[in-house]
Amino acid sequence: MEALDTFRQETRAWLEENCPPSMRTPMPEEETVWGGRNAKFPNPDAKLWLDRMAERGWTAPTWPKEYGGGGLTKEENLVLQQELRRIKARPALSSFGLWMLGPALLEFANEEQKKEHLPKIVRGEIRWCQGYSEPGAGSDLAGLQTKCEDKGDHYLVNGQKIWTSYADKADWIFCLVRTDPTTKHDGISFLLFDMMSPGVEVRPITMISGASPFCETFFTDVKVPKKNLVGELNKGWTIAKRLLQHEREMISGMGLGGVGAGGGIGSLEQVAKDYFGEVDGRIASPSLRDHITRQKMDSKAFALTMQRSAEEAKAGQGPGAASSIFKYYGTELNKRRYELLLELMGTKALGWEGDGFDDGEINVTRSWLRSKGNSIEGGTSEVQLNVVSKRVLGLPD
Amino acid sequence: MSSRNASSACPTRPARIETNPAQDKARGSHMLKQQESRDEMALVLTEEQQLLRDTATQFFQERLPIANLRKLRDTKDATGFDRVAWKEMADLGFAGIMISEKYGGTDFGPVGLGLVLEQAGRTLAASPLVSTVLLCGSAVQLAGNATQRQDILSAIAAGDRVMALAIEEGPHHNPARIATKAVADGNSYRLTGSKTFVLDGHVADQLIVVARTAGEETDRSGITLFLVDPKSEGVKVTRTLMVDSRNAANIEFRNVAIPSSAVLGSVDGGNDVLEQVLDIARIGLSAEMLGIVQQTFDTTLAYLKERKQFGKVIGSFQALQHRMAALFAEIELCRSVVLDALSAIEDRRNDVPQIASIAKARLSEIATLMTNEGLQMHGGMGMTDQFDVGLYMKRARVAAASFGDANFHRERYAALEGY
Ligand SMILES: Cc1cc2nc3c(=O)[nH]c(=O)nc-3n(C[C@H](O)[C@H](O)[C@H](O)COP(=O)(O)OP(=O)(O)OC[C@H]3O[C@@H](n4cnc5c(N)ncnc54)[C@H](O)[C@@H]3O)c2cc1C
Ligand SMILES: Cc1cc2nc3c(=O)[nH]c(=O)nc-3n(C[C@H](O)[C@H](O)[C@H](O)COP(=O)(O)OP(=O)(O)OC[C@H]3O[C@@H](n4cnc5c(N)ncnc54)[C@H](O)[C@@H]3O)c2cc1C
Repeated sequence: MEALDTFRQETRAWLEENCPPSMRTPMPEEETVWGGRNAKFPNPDAKLWLDRMAERGWTAPTWPKEYGGGGLTKEENLVLQQELRRIKARPALSSFGLWMLGPALLEFANEEQKKEHLPKIVRGEIRWCQGYSEPGAGSDLAGLQTKCEDKGDHYLVNGQKIWTSYADKADWIFCLVRTDPTTKHDGISFLLFDMMSPGVEVRPITMISGASPFCETFFTDVKVPKKNLVGELNKGWTIAKRLLQHEREMISGMGLGGVGAGGGIGSLEQVAKDYFGEVDGRIASPSLRDHITRQKMDSKAFALTMQRSAEEAKAGQGPGAASSIFKYYGTELNKRRYELLLELMGTKALGWEGDGFDDGEINVTRSWLRSKGNSIEGGTSEVQLNVVSKRVLGLPD
Repeated sequence: MSSRNASSACPTRPARIETNPAQDKARGSHMLKQQESRDEMALVLTEEQQLLRDTATQFFQERLPIANLRKLRDTKDATGFDRVAWKEMADLGFAGIMISEKYGGTDFGPVGLGLVLEQAGRTLAASPLVSTVLLCGSAVQLAGNATQRQDILSAIAAGDRVMALAIEEGPHHNPARIATKAVADGNSYRLTGSKTFVLDGHVADQLIVVARTAGEETDRSGITLFLVDPKSEGVKVTRTLMVDSRNAANIEFRNVAIPSSAVLGSVDGGNDVLEQVLDIARIGLSAEMLGIVQQTFDTTLAYLKERKQFGKVIGSFQALQHRMAALFAEIELCRSVVLDALSAIEDRRNDVPQIASIAKARLSEIATLMTNEGLQMHGGMGMTDQFDVGLYMKRARVAAASFGDANFHRERYAALEGY
């Protein structure tokens, strides 16, 4: 306990000194720092903030120090996160490397691979993308067909991925490939390669929100060094599934109004008062008021469930059954929140661009559209319900 | 372990060790930290709480299974609950669970009571837990003077007194509108009005009546709580048979004389206590509904794994699987909310009203949903009196309507939050 108190004081002092004031303001989504060879920073402070945090390994607080991480215990990390929240610090770095690949590499990669890749993730030097889905393999991911052949001193990859988020901006890809066409799950391998490799071609796809964050990704005779295979040949499915767990945890957080939650638009009740009107200090429409209350109550119940799950894990009761519902419930909740914002704001949340709407309003429109993907990416809601029915409830096929 | 000797398993809180103030001060910072770490883990049960839950589970399954409720109903039992079993519950410490050891209680606190209520909900056990312990016990604890506490709390803890709170005056919970009047008359009061849906009102040994001593029908101030002997002249009690086979009564008061010593708490200032008492009851009922929801879910799931149609168990149909998985998610949220609400009372948090409304709204809705879905998935069997699912549905509706349904609590929450 005492050691934690000291840690808190030191952390607070360090953040006070090192987190630039401009990094303590709400972050519009487009100012997210993703790192990479062509890293873009909205301003010099953002770079300074990343460099300072990376220096201490605090972009990946719990990863071991030998791989560039912060080497913090879970408890220390909790304190760090609390202190970061306290000063409303922006995330110094956001990346698939931090959220998904890193944890999987720590568990499954060999020493050389960890030394090679983890420090670059921590420092934001290499940006990763996820090559899982294919045109014929979405929910049924294990049906993937991208071919990978052993050519003696290297692997040769041919095939196509789709929905690869930020493939056009990423430096490397972690990719599921078929190394045995005669079986399904046991013929998949987990491969890492450079997106600059000859034979990699990327075509952005425009989303309904107008942005083009995901791509079609084509591989034609791409040569991959053999040392880039993670784990054993044909044993990639285990790694793939574990990584999906990390991805789903990350996406679940959206239900709490985290990532892309209509940033800066204010509380639902304030939006209602501003856009619909109030009578004697109360929202003028009882029906809207009721919708808002349902949303707030469900959000609170969901937040408490995430908290309970974390406490159970801490008390050594393992990840309880509750965690299986997070991806499903969190994303559905986030979608409902945007539908509600649309109702509250009326035509002001239906603008597309140009005059007549401020940035916050346009952001709601675009984020509402983007939120539809939450219950598709990382495993659809229906697939999550299948998982709960089968694994948790034990219902048969 | 039989339920009889289970009494030794009902843990009491460790006795508080008296220390001198200087020592307390020296350990002050240490104790503060312990408190902090407990708060951080408010949603996980302690070992002694788990023990209590196990004791309660066993008691209700063995002693008050659902067959007990059926028997009370089919024999048109005049009491409407099993008095012998109630005495056993008192011996196990359930009746005095919120009452301090000084009055013979176990002082296990709200989380403990919630665990007992959840288990009672699982077997639809009829008992005066809600009327006597949640409502009246809390009211006396919060507002009673030394004499009242000594008399009433020790009688409740011993299982010797059944009490009922007379508050409702119409078909909807509405504590803001009280028309029943008590008029000062020398050194006493005269009480006139009619109350409805008084839980356990037909068998109560003593009533707590919510009456207006000043102001208009909808004023917040001017409310006073009175301890009333139902045998007094001018009191007319009519039992009402409810769909859940539990007990309630309509009670009429006609110019009933009440001594001023029977005032509970302050004259005209009863509303504060009443709101606190109601929140405790709302949270307790939510815990009972959690038991109802969980039990209905479990029985339905078992039925889906057993009933065959089209050559396979119906649990293999995705149309049913997804509904069960979605219900599972809702129930996980219910559990978190109930636990948080119970610890909110225990820690005297200032958001008790808000979390009470969240809990009561959510549990009322999900209990309705779960029992509807449970019945539907039982097919024709669900419509039979022989299958239990219908009994759970009936109790769920009454519990949902008690002390504010989901609509009431969403409205209240919005008002509390100022929008
Ligand atoms: C915004 C966004 C970003 C993404 N980013 C990436 C990325 O970076 N990398 C990557 O590899 N992939 C990415 N994806 C792809 C994503 O993982 C897939 O879209 C997802 O797995 C669903 O596959 P699908 O699109 O082929 O849909 P399908 O599998 O064709 O599903 C269509 C519909 O059928 C339902 N369905 C399918 N199977 C079942 C079943 N067994 N039972 C009941 N219903 C079923 C689905 O739930 C869905 O409603 C992204 C997707 C989105 C929307
Ligand atoms: C009030 C009442 C009056 C009735 N009167 C008559 C009468 O006069 N004459 C008569 O012959 N019958 C009568 N019935 C019987 C009625 O037709 C059956 O109850 C009904 O067909 C359902 O069959 P079941 O009860 O066996 O339920 P089950 O078939 O066992 O169904 C149980 C649950 O499984 C679901 N289920 C079953 N198969 C599937 C599937 N493939 N996919 C998804 N879900 C599935 C059902 O929807 C239901 O929710 C009556 C029933 C009631 C309730």
